[in-house]
Amino acid sequence: MTLDQLRIGKKAHIVSVNGKGALRDRLLDMGLTPGTEVMVRRTAPFGDPIEILLRGYELTLRLEDAKSIEVERAKL
Amino acid sequence: MITFALVGNQNCGKTTLFNQLTGSNQHVGNFPGVTVERKEGIVRKQKDVTVVDLPGIYSLSPYTKEEIVTRDFIAKGHPNGIINIVDATNIERNLYLSLQLIQFGIPMVIALNMMDEIEANGGVIQIKELQERLGVPVVFISAVKNIGVEKLIKTAVDTATKNRIPKKQDFYSGLCAGALTDITNLLMKSAGKHHIPAVFAATKLLENDSKIEEDLQLSEAEEKTIERRIRKMENELLTDRKAAVADMRYRFIDDLCAKTVIKPKESKQHLRSIRVDNVLANRYFAIPIFLGIMFVIFWLTFGVIGSFLSDLLGNAIQAFSDYMRNVLIGAGASSVMVSLVSDGVLAGVGSVLSFVPTIVVLFLFLALLEDSGYMARVAFIMDKLLRKIGLSGRSFVPMIIGFGCSVPAVMATRTLPSERDRKMTIFFIPFMSCSAKLPIYGMFTMAFFPRYRAVVMISLYIFGMVMGIISTLFLKKYVYKGEPDRFVMELPNYRLPGTKSVLLLLWDKTKDFLTRAFTVIFLATIVIWFLQKFNWQLKPVEDSSASILAGIGHVIAPVFTPLGFDDWRVSTALITGFIAKEAVVSTFGVLTGAGSAKLPLALGQIMTPMAAYSFLIFTLIYSPCVAAISVVKRELNTRTALSVAAYQTIVAWGCAMVVYQVGRLLF
Repeated sequence: MTLDQLRIGKKAHIVSVNGKGALRDRLLDMGLTPGTEVMVRRTAPFGDPIEILLRGYELTLRLEDAKSIEVERAKL
Repeated sequence: MITFALVGNQNCGKTTLFNQLTGSNQHVGNFPGVTVERKEGIVRKQKDVTVVDLPGIYSLSPYTKEEIVTRDFIAKGHPNGIINIVDATNIERNLYLSLQLIQFGIPMVIALNMMDEIEANGGVIQIKELQERLGVPVVFISAVKNIGVEKLIKTAVDTATKNRIPKKQDFYSGLCAGALTDITNLLMKSAGKHHIPAVFAATKLLENDSKIEEDLQLSEAEEKTIERRIRKMENELLTDRKAAVADMRYRFIDDLCAKTVIKPKESKQHLRSIRVDNVLANRYFAIPIFLGIMFVIFWLTFGVIGSFLSDLLGNAIQAFSDYMRNVLIGAGASSVMVSLVSDGVLAGVGSVLSFVPTIVVLFLFLALLEDSGYMARVAFIMDKLLRKIGLSGRSFVPMIIGFGCSVPAVMATRTLPSERDRKMTIFFIPFMSCSAKLPIYGMFTMAFFPRYRAVVMISLYIFGMVMGIISTLFLKKYVYKGEPDRFVMELPNYRLPGTKSVLLLLWDKTKDFLTRAFTVIFLATIVIWFLQKFNWQLKPVEDSSASILAGIGHVIAPVFTPLGFDDWRVSTALITGFIAKEAVVSTFGVLTGAGSAKLPLALGQIMTPMAAYSFLIFTLIYSPCVAAISVVKRELNTRTALSVAAYQTIVAWGCAMVVYQVGRLLF
């Protein structure tokens, strides 16, 4: 699944960041590397952008960009 | 002379540390990217040590202006050392930049900031182990509390003077390591020739960094060999080069942190931030709360504190003006001299000065919102709506400030990363009716629409915003094509703004405004007074309808015939409104010879109600005042500043014309 499908409060691990260009590089630089645990904290009004927690800090990104982030649900 | 580059992530306390190091007066903001320009300062008690404050960045990829500025300064500005500030509460992401900085092979010190917060929450960081593994000295500091800063200065100066370069520069590991070692060996010669550290060059090449390719000027054969080596690595790793390097760095950091950092469970500051955001950034309440906060701020600024202080100051200035008039008359000064001082300088500068308290109060609130971290949330909650007109959430804050005054609003666009978004936002700001236009609306609604004052005023504000949206859509389609800014933004923890930094900011703004009042506005009022007082033969006139200003007004007046107001006094008032919007009402007062009490009646004889509404539409939209235009010039350039003035005036003319002509048919 991709990050935009992850429900609020759920955790997942990054599998890969797809797409290309400056945005992808930025996401990788911000720590969205394979294996990193992320949690969707909340969505903004109108459901977009979303706020995620990773590596101990909060990051916001748009749904459209979250679509290019492949994640795997954490096993309970 | 020793020069240090101060480098770190956004929101890591870099500007606070810069202030502690240099004692300089600089604004500290919590909004990501507040430092766009490079600032220098001499380190306290160290006359020959300079620190350059570089923009807050997350990486050294050449994608944003900030990253390029920083990279160029370190590579080509020949600093003697790097002071890398690292937010200990966010150590993993901060060290990502550190690993890249170390590769420059320049003496470097890591200042581990917010250690007090880590310790207070039961966290431990093993400094010795960290130093050893990174190969650079690490100093614990708290920039806010000024702890460890002395030691940092001492360590930094020591490291730089003894030219201790980082002991280790390659953090090669995993499957990338083979490729990196091979490329480094291959690059040794050409990197040395261009004075670029080979390790840095190899890593950047592997990251597919276009800038390093230019800098190295490799031969075709070399390029091919390197490309082949990278292709091989990608096949082995089943991933691409950029992801591989980012992954390698973060793996090194994860391993390093696992051995040296005992994290506190969850810091109190972070938990508090989450709780606050559960309310302020709530999916359903965020926008109503935001509107409520803005309402309270405007009400306090314009309705309570600001207007009280402004009235007080206005009365004091009036009293001073009367006193000066009597003194001058008593001293036997000529009537022209008396008029210059009291009707010209004191009336003009005075009317602007009385706005100082309002502006300072508005700035106080905006500084509190920004320094606390709330502005970043506003960008987050408004992004979706703003994207519909081709802007990003970050543009919203300057727009809101535009309701107060366009000058600070234009300055607030500095926080926008892309030039396109910045220009589009600056073109939007004049459509937000600024507070200086309120006296005009007040006077005109009283004269023409006494029973529908509120409705007319609100209709103006809405008309302005609607036109702003239409104008932005137009600009997006035909002038500033392309996509709005990417929106990948960190939400920093909420922090209590420091009293010192807020006071410094307020002083800066007040100083700015006073300087302007006594330069631009001072000169402008003298010019207007002169034009109003003299005729073309440069003889003083009793009746201003014979003055130069009236002559100019007569020439311009026909332009406004299709808008319904072609009286020379109206066009004259509009000209003075270009100097300052407040001047429109006072000009009418002078030119009709009516005091403020009789002015509504006098206005009724100049134009019809339909023309009056058309006039209000025109004043709402036409060129911002000189102060706003000059700040656009300072922030962007003369061409853009002049286009803003021309664009607004043309749009205003068109709108007022349509409103008047259509209105005449209907009513």
